[in-house]
Amino acid sequence: MPSSADPPAPLRARHVLEFPGGYTRTTGPVIGRFLTEMRDGRLVGVRTAAGRTLVPPLEYDPDTGDAVTEEFVEVGPSGTVESWAWVSTPRKGHPLDRPFAWALIRLDGADTSLVHAVDAGDVRAMRPGLRVRPRWRAERTGHITDIESFVPEVTRIVSEVRTEYTVTPGLALRRFLEGIAEGVLIGCRCGTCHKVYVPYRSSCPECGVSITEEVVVPDTGTITTFAVNNLPDPRAPEVPFVSAYIQLDGTDIPMIALVGGIAAHEVRQGMRVRAVWVPEEERTMSMANIRWFAPTGEPDVEL
Amino acid sequence: MSNPCAVIGVGQTRYTTKRRDVSLAGLVREAALRALQDAGLTWKDIDAVVIGKAPDLFEGVMMPEAYLADALGAAGKPMMRVHTAGSVGGSTALVGASLIQGGVHDRVLVVAFEKQSESNATWALSTHLPFSASLVVGAGGYFAPHIREYIRRSGAPEHIGHLVAVKDRRNALKNPYAHLRIPGIDREMVESTPMLWEPIRYLDTCPSSDGACAMVLAAQDRLTGSTPAWVLGAATRSEPIFRAGRDTVNPQGGKDCAADVYRQAGIVDPRREIDVAEVYVPFSWYEPMWLENLGFAAEGEGWKLTESGATALDGDIPWNASGGVLSSNPIGASGLIRFAEAALQVRGMAGEHQVDGARRALGHAYGGGAQFFAMWMVGSDKP
Amino acid sequence: MRETAVVAFAQTRHSAVDEGRSEAELILPPLEEVRAATGLRRFGFTCSGSCDYLAGAPFSFVSALDALGAWPPISESHVEMDAAWALYEAWVRLQHGDVDSALVYGFGKSSLGDLREIMTLQLDPYYLAPLGLDQVSFAALQASATGAERAELDEIVRRSRADGRANPYALDLPDPSGQDAEVAPLRPYDIAPITDGAAAVVLAAGDLARELCERPAWITGIAHRIEPHYLGMRDLARSVSAADAARAAGAGKGDVDVAELHVQFSHEEPILREALGLGEGTRVNPSGGPLAANPVMATGLIRIGEAAARVMDGTANRVLGHATSGPCLQHNLVTVMEA
Repeated sequence: MPSSADPPAPLRARHVLEFPGGYTRTTGPVIGRFLTEMRDGRLVGVRTAAGRTLVPPLEYDPDTGDAVTEEFVEVGPSGTVESWAWVSTPRKGHPLDRPFAWALIRLDGADTSLVHAVDAGDVRAMRPGLRVRPRWRAERTGHITDIESFVPEVTRIVSEVRTEYTVTPGLALRRFLEGIAEGVLIGCRCGTCHKVYVPYRSSCPECGVSITEEVVVPDTGTITTFAVNNLPDPRAPEVPFVSAYIQLDGTDIPMIALVGGIAAHEVRQGMRVRAVWVPEEERTMSMANIRWFAPTGEPDVEL
Repeated sequence: MSNPCAVIGVGQTRYTTKRRDVSLAGLVREAALRALQDAGLTWKDIDAVVIGKAPDLFEGVMMPEAYLADALGAAGKPMMRVHTAGSVGGSTALVGASLIQGGVHDRVLVVAFEKQSESNATWALSTHLPFSASLVVGAGGYFAPHIREYIRRSGAPEHIGHLVAVKDRRNALKNPYAHLRIPGIDREMVESTPMLWEPIRYLDTCPSSDGACAMVLAAQDRLTGSTPAWVLGAATRSEPIFRAGRDTVNPQGGKDCAADVYRQAGIVDPRREIDVAEVYVPFSWYEPMWLENLGFAAEGEGWKLTESGATALDGDIPWNASGGVLSSNPIGASGLIRFAEAALQVRGMAGEHQVDGARRALGHAYGGGAQFFAMWMVGSDKP
Repeated sequence: MRETAVVAFAQTRHSAVDEGRSEAELILPPLEEVRAATGLRRFGFTCSGSCDYLAGAPFSFVSALDALGAWPPISESHVEMDAAWALYEAWVRLQHGDVDSALVYGFGKSSLGDLREIMTLQLDPYYLAPLGLDQVSFAALQASATGAERAELDEIVRRSRADGRANPYALDLPDPSGQDAEVAPLRPYDIAPITDGAAAVVLAAGDLARELCERPAWITGIAHRIEPHYLGMRDLARSVSAADAARAAGAGKGDVDVAELHVQFSHEEPILREALGLGEGTRVNPSGGPLAANPVMATGLIRIGEAAARVMDGTANRVLGHATSGPCLQHNLVTVMEA
């Protein structure tokens, strides 16, 4: 009968065949046993005379037509996906309303495969040999859909690991950063070996003794070596960028810093550079006060 | 004096980007069981267990010897966990050997591993505390400047690194455990890959791998299994990363460590007296640099040795017959793999990548800013 | 076994808060102290213990190398464990016979993060860590299993804190009071305090030990043992591995005058007393123990150092130093030292 919601066009009518309340299908003993077990949350197969376990059980051996035995065996609950077809846009009537895979599933202990749905979430989760298990509905009636779908066995967990710290720079680095805030590079001299280190540090790495003598070092120096980096980094303005070992004048050890104000491929070992500081009002207690080191234009130093 | 120590079992997992099929315990057990099987032993026969790995941040499991104790049959036994940055695999073997050499235990299981696919190696290596004075860059960014300085000092031509990149991956094809399998790899292929940190191209770098390696070490009166490899020398050296006047291209720590091992093993001319070397080369240019650092070539001449083909599998001093770190790199295990492969060589058990007649082999590992070194010499004859 | 002794021990004045020192700055004074005490600048072997997760960054032990003056390059190693295990590794190295001295150090700043939660990361990553089972909670599970009397635990805390107040290196904590539980049956004062600190020890062998120290603390036994990890798979009321380690170290071969025990929770003391076979005559934790100062990663080394110090200063003849690692006393190290 035409629906009042769809006014029919001339000579085109909507028509439905539907037996109200649905068909009553009797199952016979074999299918009935399978579905009874399903209603109880179990999967079973039946043995053929030839010794195969059929899942789902039939009353007859499909190869010979002979009747099967009366021996039912529990199979699964896990099984292995043998093949699958991914549904990107489910239809009404499909087992799931989100993308899923139709699959042939060989339940453990079965010699034939069951057709059902696998709720894998993403097609990339489907792979040959995928192990799956049934997701049973809470309310079961004895129906193939008592299993809502199969789901992949757990193979991984995701663990959030987050540890939070309140850190401080250490006494020496704090002193150095105090200097940086004032636009000054503070190094130190070891009382034993007399080498000058920058940044300021508490002990001499060579002598292992405490260092107490501060030395203010100039912000000019020489590039001893460098890297041209082609992978982006949040601290660098663009790619490629140069990170260089810069030995400040009067010191005995290089610092690592960005080089800017020159094309990456024009940087040379031995090049003379000077720090480019951010404007005073933008300075903080961090190395970000030095935007980068740029060439001074002086002749290169021979290394 | 120190007691002789033998390697009687070696076990490895097939190195790969992600081992999806095992738990952490499963991964280490796989290597450990293979080593035990090689030695013809079971868990009960082991007196002590030493594990090593890189920073726990990779897997997010802190001090994993606690969780892994029973997985490695260590319940009721002593267990240690070593952490010396990239050299850790090597240090782990040395700590295990030390227990034998010191007469404290008779049979020790050493295992090193990394399951770095659980996070991301690049991320884990670039975490750092705030308040740094120096710019911190990733591993390649750290080593590239030192490679540049090596090239400047030695005058080495640009393609040398690529020769190593090809050689080691060709060797890997003969190693069933190796991660990278690139049949047909050649110089052209390497040179066509993106430049990451000059002069390091993509194929000049090591992969990120999951894997584990294990060895069973034994005292001389507790040998089992087929053929032992004998530890002829063992040493570690560390130097400060920021020392005025530090030579980052040819670190003193590496030279001193090698000299100590050679002295113990009675080696005077490494190039001639060592049959095969498994050396930690994570970026291809480190082969010529380490050839000099370890005394196989004079200063400035390492690249010539590489170029001559001497370090190829059919050369007179094969380096990294296994494919090396360039082919497989579970970071915490890589050092131990070098030590284990050296042992396999002198036991005649390296299969398709066996160097014929190898009787003395060097295993080498380094870590940090090229500041931690661990090395051993193994041989077929008892010292 | 080669004669080996503790010949020097130094520790920081431990603090409950971050005093602004980096780890390298923390370890420098104890290192300078033991170098001055022994007159040694170079050692045959060096080994340290520390933990990256405590420090909040990987490779955190690397910067500590700068405090050593490792030039020319030194033979050195590191364990990601309490430095008591670094001492064990150094002791093993000395057994080889070719070197005679070893420097051992450990450090940690528990003030930086939340120690209770950081220790969760050491647990089984599939079954325990994802529950968020924090350190106080799993300790409480063990406390519950032991069924120790509240009065006994109160006395342990009272005694430890009083001894800690008398110890210039430990924290000054008041007598325990209050009845609220932290995680029952543990009360807040049953738990070791958050502490930053470091310590160093020098080991020497044979004649060198006699040269460097008037009364060396000779190590007559040292051993460690570990148990299965999962809390439900071992008897939490006892410490089988501590008992095994004590047996292997020969603890029971004579009276123990002083025992320094790595007790981070008060109920651990009765468990360890029983496992280690300590009698009534043994003075436990005269330093105050970890309940008075707990610089994690150095605490175990300090137990050995404090016990050794009692021999070195002549107040004891036979002592025991104990260290532990892993949840609920899973892994235990016992050192027996004698005059």
